[in-house]
Amino acid sequence: MLRTARLTPWLYLAPMLLVLIFTFGYPLVAIFDFSLRRIRGISGPFIGLENYRQVIKDDVFHEAVVHNGILLLAVPIMTFIALILAVLLFDRPRGWQAYRSLLYVPFILATPVVGVIFSNMLQLNGVVNEGLRSIGLDVLALDWIGSPRLALWTIMGVVIWREVGFGIVLFLARLMSINEDLLDAARVDGASWWQRLWHVIVPQTKSVIEFFIVVSIITMLAWVFAYVYVITHGGPGTATMVMELYIYNFAFRMSQLPGIASAVAVILFLVTLAFMVPLFRLRSASEMEEMS
Amino acid sequence: MSREAAGEAEVVSRSAGQGGWLAVPRHAALLFATFLVLAPLAFAILTSLKTLNNYGLDKLGFPDPVFWGNFPTALRGGRFFLWFLNSAILSFGSVFLSTAVAALGAYAFARMEFPGRGALLAVISSLMIVPPVVMLIPLFILLTRTGLNNTYWGAILVYAGLVTPFSVYMLTNFFKTIPFEIIESAVMDGASSFDILRKMLLPLSAPALITMVVVNTLWVWNDLLVALVLLNKDSLRTLMVGITVFGSRYNSDVPVAMAGMLMASMPMVLLYLFGQRYFIRGMVAGAVKG
Repeated sequence: MLRTARLTPWLYLAPMLLVLIFTFGYPLVAIFDFSLRRIRGISGPFIGLENYRQVIKDDVFHEAVVHNGILLLAVPIMTFIALILAVLLFDRPRGWQAYRSLLYVPFILATPVVGVIFSNMLQLNGVVNEGLRSIGLDVLALDWIGSPRLALWTIMGVVIWREVGFGIVLFLARLMSINEDLLDAARVDGASWWQRLWHVIVPQTKSVIEFFIVVSIITMLAWVFAYVYVITHGGPGTATMVMELYIYNFAFRMSQLPGIASAVAVILFLVTLAFMVPLFRLRSASEMEEMS
Repeated sequence: MSREAAGEAEVVSRSAGQGGWLAVPRHAALLFATFLVLAPLAFAILTSLKTLNNYGLDKLGFPDPVFWGNFPTALRGGRFFLWFLNSAILSFGSVFLSTAVAALGAYAFARMEFPGRGALLAVISSLMIVPPVVMLIPLFILLTRTGLNNTYWGAILVYAGLVTPFSVYMLTNFFKTIPFEIIESAVMDGASSFDILRKMLLPLSAPALITMVVVNTLWVWNDLLVALVLLNKDSLRTLMVGITVFGSRYNSDVPVAMAGMLMASMPMVLLYLFGQRYFIRGMVAGAVKG
C-alpha cells in the first residue's frame, strides 16, 4: 500500500463517485420516491402505495410477470447446450478454435440486428416456413411471430441463439484450466467418457455453471427489452409483454404515467437485488477455483 | 496464445488416445451447432444480394443473378452515416470518460488505505447487474431538468456511469496483481502518487485496459433502450435505434433490410476479427455484463 495523506484517496475517488452518484445513486433513491407519487411531467403529489395497488390489479402486469417467468425456462436449456458444446471442445478436437470463434459470433452481433434478421426469417411466408414446406413439413410451418401462443417461445429461441455462445466461452475457459492430472487419473481408473464428465468435469466447473445460471436468470428477468421491442413490440396484443417493456410503455409511450412505471421499476430492482448476493458469493468462489 | 498453440500440437496424440468412436458424433454435434449459428447470417448475406423479385420466387437458394443494388438503396433509405457517427461519438466519449474516472478510483481501491474501502468496492461492483431500465425514469427527468436531455453530453454521462462499475471492478483487480516492488523504487525516488499511476501502472495495465475498452464499447454501441429514451430526436439517433426503425420500414423489402443489417454489423464484426482474444477474455472477465 502507498502511504498517503488521509484525503488523497478521496481525491482519486471523487470523479468516479460523482459519475456513479449521477447515474446510480440519485436514480436508485429517486425511483422509490417517484413510485409513491402521481407524476405528471416531472413531479406530482404524494399518493402512498396507490401506484403499487394499480400495478398489482393490472392484468397486463400479471401477464408481463408470467412471461418473464416463462422465459426463465431458457436458463436450463442454455446452460445444458453451452455445457455440452464446451465439453465437446475442451480436449481440443481438430478445429476447436474455429468452432469457438464461430459459436461466439451471435454474441457479438447487436440484439436489434439479430431481431430484425430473425423477424424476417420467421414471417409466415419467410425462409424458415418456406424451407419446412419444401421438405414436406407443412405442419411445422407456423406463424412464429404472429401467433399469440407462439410469439413468446420464438423470442425465447432467439435469446438462446444469441446468448449460448457466451456460456460456451465461459465454460471453456474454466474447463481448460482443470488440472489434467485429475482427468488422467480418472482415465487410468477406467472411467468412461460420461463418468469423467459427471464425476470430474461438472463438479470442477460447478461454480462457473452456477454463476452463468444466475447471470442468465437476471438476463431473462431484466435484460430482454431489445429482443421484444424489435421482434414483436410486446405483441401480438400483449402476448410478449415483459416487465421492462411495461415500464417503458408506461413511462415513455402512450400512457405517460411514470409513477406506475416507477413502481414496477422498484419491483424489478428488488428482484435483481435478491440475486446479487448469490452472484457475488459465486464469483468469489469461481475466482478461488481459478487460483487453486 | 502459446497455451492454445501448445494445445493444437497436442491434438493428434490426445484424440488418438481417446478412442475414435467419439470423433464422429462430436464433430456432428459441433457442425450442427455451427450450422444453427451461421444459418441466419448466411440467410442475411444471400438475401442482401437478391432482387426483391428473386427473393419472392426463391427465398432459400443462391442469388440469381447477384444483385448489389440493395446496398445503395439501404444507404438512401436510412441515414447510416449519421447513425454511425452518433454511435461512435457516444461510445468514444463515454468509454473515455469512464476509463479516466475508473482508473483514478481503481488506483485508490488497489493501492491506498482508507476507511470503508472494502464495503465501497463491494457496493460499486454490485451495481454491475442493476438493469438500466430501473434508473431510466429518474435519469430522464434529471436530464430534462438540467437541459441535458437530447444532447450528446447527457447521454455520454449516463453511458459512462453505466459502464463504470465494470471498469472499476476490472481495473482494481488488475492493479492488485502488479507487484509492489515494481513501484517501490519510484516511491523511493519521490515520485508523486499520480506519476506512479500515469507512468507505471497504466502502461503495465495495457492488456486489461484494451479488454475493458472493448467490452464497454460493445456495450454502449449495442444498447437500444437508453438511446431510445434519452436521444429522442432524428438527428441524434444511434445506429441501434436507426436500424430498428429501418428494419420495420423495410419490413416488406427483405433484401434491403438485410443489406442494412449487414452494413450496421460491419464495424463490430471487423473489430471481432482483429481483436478476438480481447472480446473473449473480456466477456469472461466481466461475465456479469452480458
